[in-house]
Amino acid sequence: MRKSIILTILLSLVGSSYLDAKTIEVCKTCAVSSIAEGIALASKNDVVLVKEGVYAEHDIDISKPITLRGEGNSVIDAENKGYGLLLFSDSITIEKMTVTNIGNSYTKDFAAIYVSKIKYFTIQNCTLTNVFFGMLIEKSHYGVIRHNDISSDAIEESSSGNGIHLWSCSNLQVDHNELQKLRDGIYLEFVSESKIEYNLSHHNIRYGLHFMFSNDDEYHYNQFYSNGAGVAVMFSKRLAMTHNRFSENWGSASYGLLLKEIYDAEIEYNTLERNTIGINAEGATRVNYKHNYFLNNGWALKVSGACYANDFSENNFINNSFDVSYDSKVNDNKFDHNYWSTYTGYDLDKNGVGDIPFRPVKLFSYIVNRTPETILLLRSLFMELLNFSEKVSPVFTPDNLLDNHPSIKKFE
Amino acid sequence: MLKIFKYIFFDLVRSRWTYAYFLFYLALGFVMLFLSNDVSKAIITLMNVIVVLTPLVGTIFGVMHYYNSREFTELLLAQPMKRSTIFIGQYIGLSLSLALSLLLGLGIPFLFYGLLRSSAIWDFGSLLVAGAFLTFIFVALAYIIAISNENRIKGFGYAILMWLGLAIIYDGLFLISLLVFDDYPLDKFALIATMFNPIDLSRILILLKLDISALFGYTGATFKMFLGTSLGMVISLLVLCMWVVIPTWLIYRIARKRDF
Repeated sequence: MRKSIILTILLSLVGSSYLDAKTIEVCKTCAVSSIAEGIALASKNDVVLVKEGVYAEHDIDISKPITLRGEGNSVIDAENKGYGLLLFSDSITIEKMTVTNIGNSYTKDFAAIYVSKIKYFTIQNCTLTNVFFGMLIEKSHYGVIRHNDISSDAIEESSSGNGIHLWSCSNLQVDHNELQKLRDGIYLEFVSESKIEYNLSHHNIRYGLHFMFSNDDEYHYNQFYSNGAGVAVMFSKRLAMTHNRFSENWGSASYGLLLKEIYDAEIEYNTLERNTIGINAEGATRVNYKHNYFLNNGWALKVSGACYANDFSENNFINNSFDVSYDSKVNDNKFDHNYWSTYTGYDLDKNGVGDIPFRPVKLFSYIVNRTPETILLLRSLFMELLNFSEKVSPVFTPDNLLDNHPSIKKFE
Repeated sequence: MLKIFKYIFFDLVRSRWTYAYFLFYLALGFVMLFLSNDVSKAIITLMNVIVVLTPLVGTIFGVMHYYNSREFTELLLAQPMKRSTIFIGQYIGLSLSLALSLLLGLGIPFLFYGLLRSSAIWDFGSLLVAGAFLTFIFVALAYIIAISNENRIKGFGYAILMWLGLAIIYDGLFLISLLVFDDYPLDKFALIATMFNPIDLSRILILLKLDISALFGYTGATFKMFLGTSLGMVISLLVLCMWVVIPTWLIYRIARKRDF
């Protein structure tokens, strides 16, 4: 797959430099003064160079393989009248363009850049501001979306759109984008074999990243913070999520990462800091949680029903109000070799592993699960006494939910 | 009243019990800060200590001081002075000296640690405010018990029982009632029940400052409205003030009618 992308890019480079590709300049005082005109004049593999200035145009249709390049301050102002750019041909490249003022609509999904049924497209270094949808990409494959800056001022979920909305796509590369104040930062539905990397998604009113029905995808090194409800990953299979940072998702119904109906995922080296719930897993099966860092969360981990064969190992659980909340049978989920800051055991043989097992579910956590109002007793002396007596002789908490090899030292 | 207050206050400030109390907090503060190296963690541990210990010390000191200075009180009563002046003066002198031990004992290590430059200053402030409030409340409650009981043993017994009741038993009953009436909407009841216990109230006040408020909000809309906004903070503070004012007024009333 990757080879074919590189080949295509090379071919298109060769094509643009050696075949008689020409550059069409668009500026306010040039012969060609509108972008639509410039595109109409261009033929295959040409470059349309848009000089600095504000172009009040909308629904600009690009149906041939060309490059549309701005100079950084080349602004398309859609004046809330419709879409910005519409991409309908393979091998289109959009660079350094700014698109602004995409109006809200309750019947149409107006987007700054709309991409439909194409392959090998590149959108990079673009700035999209005050948008409804930033990029709306449908049924397209082998695209690259890189170094873009997308922002809006979403207030309500119902009247706002997503930053990068991918629907029914495959083999996309989305990296180094910054997304803020949208509904969902990045939204994927029926997207497969794609990579989401090094993005920064924050202050979105719903999710930083939203996965639905998307299989075989990976996301690494992204940062999600101060979003309405964190990151949601639902109904997807075979995912890899590593080195991401989920933080500051403080809200009454907020979490760092929500997993719902997930099969075969690797969740490794992520940092979850200061979230109401670090990871909320519901119906997650065969998921490996390794080397993650849970710091200062309300609940580090909330495991609800229908979770099977999950493996939690070598994670750090530090200063969370509740380490684990668990309200179903233990099933065959496994906690082993984790570091727990609340562990009070000892290590006589100095092998770095605590000699007595750790019970991650406190009695209080169990009670709060049953009757949420009891949260008012958080950190009260009475509760500490109860927790202690439960630790000595477990009655209510599942007695086979144990970390048999709690680490004495923090994992780096 | 000012004279009585001054006398009691300076007498207590020089007493070894106050020093011991002050030194205890001083040591606790230094150990917490320099061993844990993390201000917010230290504050949470200190909260656990303060919420339990200040009421206990306030209670015991209050009862002890009243019984020990009984002869002095009788001497004062022989003078042409209003009763309220004597008792309220004594009460304020005692609680202020205890509160001062707490403030200085914990304040000094934190100042050394560089609290003024740290962002935790407001969390720490709320901790001290809650501690001071608890001292005033429990000294007043202890005074009420001591004034209405001639018998020292009984007085001590009731005072300890009162502390035990508010620190532990109340929470136990609270928990049981929440679990039993699980099927009913409980959030309003839970909030109101919290108001009736100064220990719970100050604990929640500190927790709100420590940003665990989101955890409370998770429970329901009422909690979110009350505890997730500054409304909760303001009301908690007001109720704590009521907890000081009402017992003080009771001391005044009981003392006025009491025979010596």
